[in-house]
Amino acid sequence: MHSEITFTLDGERVSVDCNPLRRLLDVLREDFNLVGVKEGCGEGECGACAVIVDGKLVNSCIVPVGAVNGAEILTIEGIKKTEIFGKIADAFAQMGAVQCGFCTPGMIVATYAILNQNPKPSRKEIVEGLSGNLCRCTGMNIIIEAVEMAAKNIAR
Amino acid sequence: MNEFVYLPENLDEALEIRASTGAVPIAGGTDLMVRYRRGSGIPPQFDFPVVLIGKIDALRYIEVSADNIHIGSATTLTEIFMNEDVPQILKLAVGEMASPAIRNVATIGGNIGNASPAGDTLPPLYILDAKIVLKNLNGEREVPIEDFITGPGQTILRSDEIIYEVTIPIGNFDKIYYRKIGTRKALALSKVSFSAAVNYRGDVIDDMRFAFGAVAPVVIRSREIEGEFKNITFNELKNREGEIAQKYSPLINPIDDQRSTAEYRRKVSLRLLKFFIQNVI
Repeated sequence: MHSEITFTLDGERVSVDCNPLRRLLDVLREDFNLVGVKEGCGEGECGACAVIVDGKLVNSCIVPVGAVNGAEILTIEGIKKTEIFGKIADAFAQMGAVQCGFCTPGMIVATYAILNQNPKPSRKEIVEGLSGNLCRCTGMNIIIEAVEMAAKNIAR
Repeated sequence: MNEFVYLPENLDEALEIRASTGAVPIAGGTDLMVRYRRGSGIPPQFDFPVVLIGKIDALRYIEVSADNIHIGSATTLTEIFMNEDVPQILKLAVGEMASPAIRNVATIGGNIGNASPAGDTLPPLYILDAKIVLKNLNGEREVPIEDFITGPGQTILRSDEIIYEVTIPIGNFDKIYYRKIGTRKALALSKVSFSAAVNYRGDVIDDMRFAFGAVAPVVIRSREIEGEFKNITFNELKNREGEIAQKYSPLINPIDDQRSTAEYRRKVSLRLLKFFIQNVI
């Protein structure tokens, strides 16, 4: 069964005609070639597939595309065009918060969501905000510090 | 193979779809999308028709009336956590569920309808005397949560009904307590949870409620046992700790699974009860 589903993707109005139960993750990667949206666990536990839907962080691997009809979606590619992305990316680079890089797009999307909600997050808020994102190169502490640094640099 | 999926625009349409097809409602999808997933690039396949209701505005609200707080079933856990009127004990549980990204889509109606013994909104809802409002095309009925959930994954929801609302009587507690035991802080399902709410006058207990999660086929709350320990002083309560634990013991019937063992769950749940009586109250 197919349905037409329309949404805003990184600022552009798009539509797909497909099974509404397809995972948003698959639609973004296959139909729009947005391969920065990664599949890690496929069950909402790792955050590698994180995107922002209507201003809120979600895991695109467990969202049926039919559920985002009319929504505004921001992926890592859209975040790349925002003003604060440079500061976030610099902070991740400076802190060495990237090792294999697979979790990084999701980490940056989660960072964007944290800073959007509160430009001066406490360490506790950062830890909470990143709690759904896993880094298996064991770099969580430097990622947390990178978010702290990004917040500081953005405020400057 | 059935790939029927319905995308109603409003509640009436959703109710009509329920009545004519019995399609299973999906709101956030955080349970069902995982349970029926098939892997990369392949849509999940359900063995039944489904109806997506997460976007229906008529199911997304938190309102306060004279005696109750009303939470629409498709209200997300984040919306509940951020709301000022929601009872604190429910917020304590919601704040420890899953992760921000999951809480942004997972709904209270989903947690109730899923009826998992480890569903973390359930013990606070039992303690708060929550009622579940079920709607079909002909009208609605209201049932206490402990009557709604009958076993693991089992509820009395009829095939033409939708979980419409959670109604919680407004009330204050002098002391609340919530403790979840999981393997790690984020994204862990409960091995055991313990909730308590107490009202007192001076040092005499007026009203004391306990709920245990993940230790039996359904959440354990016993009004009978609670009734036996009313109108006693804190000191008397502390002295009768062993007696209370003994009364709850036969109700606690946990299982071994991948998350924990029955033995661990039994010990820890009773220790949480004792800890609460000796150190928190």
